[in-house]
Amino acid sequence: MGLNIENVSVVYPAADRRPPVEALSKINLTIDNTEFVVALGASGCGKSTLLNLIAGFLSPSSGALTLDGNLVSGPGADRAVVFQKHALLPWLSVLDNVAFGLQIQGIGKTERYDTANKFVGLLGLEGFQDSPVYKLSGGMQQRVGIARALTCDPKVLLMDEPLGALDALTREKAQELILNIWNDTHKSIFFITHSVEEALFMGTKLVVMSPRPGRITNVFDLPFSRQFLAGKSAREVKASPEFIKQREDVLKIIFADEEAAP
Amino acid sequence: MTDQKSSPTPRKAAPAKPEGLISRLSRGRPTKPGEIYGVPGQGNTLWLSVLSIAIFFFIWWLVTAMGWVKPLFVPSPISIVTKFISIWNNGFTNTPFLEHLTISTMRVFGAFILACAIGLPLGLAMGMSPVMRGLFDPPIEFYRPIPPLAYLPLMIIWFGIGETSKVLLIFLSVFAPVVLGARSGVKSAAIEQIHAAYSFGASRWQVMRYVIMPSAMPEILTAMRIGIGFGWTTLVAAEMVASTKGLGYMVLSASQFLQTPVVIMGIFVIAIIAFGFDLLMRFIERRVVPWKGKM
Repeated sequence: MGLNIENVSVVYPAADRRPPVEALSKINLTIDNTEFVVALGASGCGKSTLLNLIAGFLSPSSGALTLDGNLVSGPGADRAVVFQKHALLPWLSVLDNVAFGLQIQGIGKTERYDTANKFVGLLGLEGFQDSPVYKLSGGMQQRVGIARALTCDPKVLLMDEPLGALDALTREKAQELILNIWNDTHKSIFFITHSVEEALFMGTKLVVMSPRPGRITNVFDLPFSRQFLAGKSAREVKASPEFIKQREDVLKIIFADEEAAP
Repeated sequence: MTDQKSSPTPRKAAPAKPEGLISRLSRGRPTKPGEIYGVPGQGNTLWLSVLSIAIFFFIWWLVTAMGWVKPLFVPSPISIVTKFISIWNNGFTNTPFLEHLTISTMRVFGAFILACAIGLPLGLAMGMSPVMRGLFDPPIEFYRPIPPLAYLPLMIIWFGIGETSKVLLIFLSVFAPVVLGARSGVKSAAIEQIHAAYSFGASRWQVMRYVIMPSAMPEILTAMRIGIGFGWTTLVAAEMVASTKGLGYMVLSASQFLQTPVVIMGIFVIAIIAFGFDLLMRFIERRVVPWKGKM
């Protein structure tokens, strides 16, 4: 079970006298339940296209995606998306933003506030329920976004560079927060990032992608997030020789792609 | 960079040149704490505005008090106030002043409410649907740049000289900006906000209701402000048609009898009402969309 991507290709049609672009070429990927899959790659490698496919915003040119055996044929509440930015609704309070998905599903006010409050607590946003979201810091806004995605109890959490706009310190704290939440909620996560260190630290499976055409070139199984969850500190994990070796290996692959770029 | 004295290789002419007023004014200076460097036109303007108004009235008073211009052309500020009091007490052309005021306000706001009631949904629909946009864009863009005075005769031929043609003329002038504002407001929602709603399983209608309409509010309110402004501008034209009441009528008929104080007073009354309503709209804007421009 889980999410299955079989032989999926996406071809953008020819435009402006340019040939058709193969954004994704014959992707095969499985995201098992409770797995944390991180996609990493140079820009143009099709990470975001892949996320849009899973979210159901885009239909594949060929191949198929299934979630627990059901064909993915459009957006749905079983796959919640956390965006990099601009996705919160500034006219709503923090609590109403978190409860937004439940409101869409027509759940009554008391019940959706109860659920939303649970996730407000989980993300450490207590005391800010009534604050307008535009007054929060970037890190807190991202936590609101994650809480909102979790309230509808999705099977898969799709995260499109959720920490990309945060400063380095906030970002590291947010990484730990997401890992703890993943550990508590047992969701499967598909996570896109540009940061090699973040990818290695967070994922249980790392998917390295290359551009022209967008494809998966390497898949690694990673032990580091489990080490962190077993009690090792984040700095300790990231400073360990095996982490550093893995980081250099992955960087080598990515830099090779960048140099091959026209 | 050439006018920086500390630059390592100063140009020969630069240090010798004394700091003139022009060079000081044309250069960006450091701001006070709490301001952001380089933001165009920042700073409080309240007192300058008060000063500007005071100077305006002073010159007006001076010109009339010294007898430099005949009262027929520029009556004194005091005579305007006197005129206002007399019209307030005795009415104008046998109609009480408040009735002139009420009927004009009713015309403008009636047309405004009607234009919003039809224009806002139509504008939103045009933003959402290419079919609606394709159908309604040509007629609106066709009539929008035409001055209302140009199609006033048509209004009279088609709808007579009653209230309909007056309100319709004002309606048309408010309608176009309101439609265009609502239409472009649809584009304000970030695609991430829309995707987020869809990913929770929202229907197109729910996306419209919960994401697109709220995010269009700032533009809609601005469009309404612009629209009502056009409404007041068109009032006088509308009341050119066989009116016996209204502020526009008052100004027009006074001008025919060279009653300059009434003309100026009427202009001030219209300006004050329009400005008052604009203040109200700005207040509403601050209350309804405090998040405007913040995310």
